[in-house]
Amino acid sequence: MYLLLYLVLGLLLLAGIFVPLLYWDKGRRSLILAIRSLWLHKMRAFLSVLGIIIGTGAVIALMAFGEGSMQEALNDIRKLGATNIIVRSRRPPENSATAGRSRVAVYGLTKADYHRFAVLQEGGTVTRMVPMRDFKQEMRRYHLMYTGRAVGTTEDYAAVNDLPMALGRFLLHEDRSNVVVLGSQVANALFPFENPLGKDLRIGQSPYTVVGVLKSRSAVGDSGGQEMEDYNNDVYIPLDACNEHFGSTITNRQAGSFQREQVQLSQVTLTVSDIDKVRTTGEWIKAILSTHEKADWSVSVPLDKLEAAEREKGRFMILMGMIAGISLVVGGIGIMNIMLATVTERTREIGIRRALGAKRRDITMQFLIEAVVQTTIGGVLGVMIGLTIVFIMPPIFEFWSAHLPAKVHVPSIFLSLIVAVAVGVGFGLYPAYRAAMLDPIEALRHE
Amino acid sequence: MPVSRLPARTSPLTERDNPMADVVRVTDLVKTYYLESVTVQALRGVSLTVEEGDFVALMGPSGSGKSTLLNQLGCLDRPTSGHYYLGDEDVSQMDDDQLSEIRSRFLGFIFQSYNLLPQYTVVENVEIPLLYQGIKLTERTREWCIHLATLVGLGDRLDHRPMQLSGGQQQRVAIARALVNNPHVILADEPTGNLDSRTSDEIMERLQQLNNTGKTIIMVTHENDIASWGKRVIRMRDGHIETDERNQHRTIGKALANDGVNFNGFSQLPVNV
Ligand SMILES: Nc1ncnc2c1ncn2[C@@H]1O[C@H](COP(=O)(O)OP(=O)(O)OP(=O)(O)O)[C@@H](O)[C@H]1O
Ligand SMILES: [Mg+2]
Repeated sequence: MYLLLYLVLGLLLLAGIFVPLLYWDKGRRSLILAIRSLWLHKMRAFLSVLGIIIGTGAVIALMAFGEGSMQEALNDIRKLGATNIIVRSRRPPENSATAGRSRVAVYGLTKADYHRFAVLQEGGTVTRMVPMRDFKQEMRRYHLMYTGRAVGTTEDYAAVNDLPMALGRFLLHEDRSNVVVLGSQVANALFPFENPLGKDLRIGQSPYTVVGVLKSRSAVGDSGGQEMEDYNNDVYIPLDACNEHFGSTITNRQAGSFQREQVQLSQVTLTVSDIDKVRTTGEWIKAILSTHEKADWSVSVPLDKLEAAEREKGRFMILMGMIAGISLVVGGIGIMNIMLATVTERTREIGIRRALGAKRRDITMQFLIEAVVQTTIGGVLGVMIGLTIVFIMPPIFEFWSAHLPAKVHVPSIFLSLIVAVAVGVGFGLYPAYRAAMLDPIEALRHE
Repeated sequence: MPVSRLPARTSPLTERDNPMADVVRVTDLVKTYYLESVTVQALRGVSLTVEEGDFVALMGPSGSGKSTLLNQLGCLDRPTSGHYYLGDEDVSQMDDDQLSEIRSRFLGFIFQSYNLLPQYTVVENVEIPLLYQGIKLTERTREWCIHLATLVGLGDRLDHRPMQLSGGQQQRVAIARALVNNPHVILADEPTGNLDSRTSDEIMERLQQLNNTGKTIIMVTHENDIASWGKRVIRMRDGHIETDERNQHRTIGKALANDGVNFNGFSQLPVNV
């Protein structure tokens, strides 16, 4: 567990600050005195560092939750592939004139488009092009039936979409016959008690032989307008077989009326050789497709989303930093307040120490150490509380079937500890200075 | 002013040829407090010498400037004008840090209200001047502090807090604390002011015992029978010294008088600079 390592590192850091003090008599005395007087006024000390505790705790927890969900969003986008460009067919917005009841809607990417994209591949910028058709389809195995998504595609689809195999293999370029690769859920539904490999099933009217089953895979989240893709419901068949058996006209039964669509390719995924060329390639593709009469296509560049998400993450971090800063300043003011009260309360003590030979800097050091001890303890408590929240909250959310991703943001731990110490120094300085500047005689006379 | 200008810890006082030399020499000392509407002349030109080993009782009516003078002698404050030589050094010209160092090395304080630190035990209270003198606190320094606490009769109270002690016991801790740095001068402002007469006599016997081992003591008091323990009585009025005479009828302590205890063991302690 890394966390343990980090905790050890954090403790070493604190030890680095306080152990040298132990080897220095006045420092050790001040440290012991600070701890004793804090112990004497436990409640007051606790209340005065509460600001620091809550501040650091909140920063640790919020950072962890923020980092967790950001990380998840980024991972989702990464799954789409940062060097990929996804071109989709999109049903153009219908106007009333063309909304005939039995009309066939013709739109989307065509094979001609696909061949025009091939120019990019010949130029070397695009290393891989994966065409794909998908539609809702019934699948049968004897009496068992399952409605899933039929996907006609090629061998590279698995690589582009990062689909791991559970059994058998994915489609191959050489596949000419009716072979199929099942998504995990489809396999479970149609082959509940048997190994599906080599078995037959019907997709639509045609028989297919199972050559592989995918591992179950969590759905890619609906991040940034990307459609939800649930690979577990899919069956994959060679694009050629798909075209042969299903033609290019798909009939969808929707809300009681039949809707017929003719779409040659639902999607083409292009993998670009170099991440720097992704954007220009995207522009070229848009230029190629701009010859379409209708806006029946969309080009999505995951890289854009990735960068947008990363920018968002940066903004989030800055925001968190500001919140952290504000809460620690508030905490620091609490410390300063209590330190000023302490200095007034212990004016007599300051006078005594001065009479017995304490220099101004000795007094400054004493009160500074006291402030730093308080804020450091506050910081450590805050970190512990923050980490506890981070570990406790996700299971609670899970219990209420909500999802709260959390990832401990390690730099924030160190940062908030360092800031806590710094707040102690910063806000302890003025009270300590006030204490040091007291006139010894006046201080001695103080009641 | 560099620290090297400070008198060395054992000099200049002990290295002098004349053992009865002046340890304190004050010339024409003036202290004026400037308040918003009035100026208060607490000291109006005080000249005074105190030789080593003397036991001075400072008397006078309230407001006559006794405490002000004692604070000047204790280097807690700087005069408005005039000079103060401690040994050979003119400490009236020193800055705050140097005065602090003088206090920690050469002076011991005993206050009317004891002024122990409530968070510290007896031994820890006694250790404080060593701490600020920059001496490393070791087993040896601790033994020395325990030795002093035992000498003032608190050997069985070493780990008690001041709150757990009577006034007389607290004042005895203060005496032990005033001795820990082996000071040249011990300054006491009404050391028995808060104590009953029996406890006062006990404290005075301790001070006399100290004086017998060679320590210079300057003590402010209101009471004649406390002053009678001193070798010399100075009376002040309105910031002046009115009379200054040898005490012909000294009170001599019985039980503790001159039993040859050693208060000077400190000089063998390591000094960590
Ligand atoms: N910090 C100060 N500011 C203003 N005036 C002061 C200050 N300290 C002392 N004085 C004044 O100086 C004068 C002498 O005061 P001091 O404390 O020396 O008297 P004292 O002889 O010790 O009296 P007591 O016997 O009551 O203790 C008084 O008039 C006092 O009001
Ligand atoms: Mg007085």
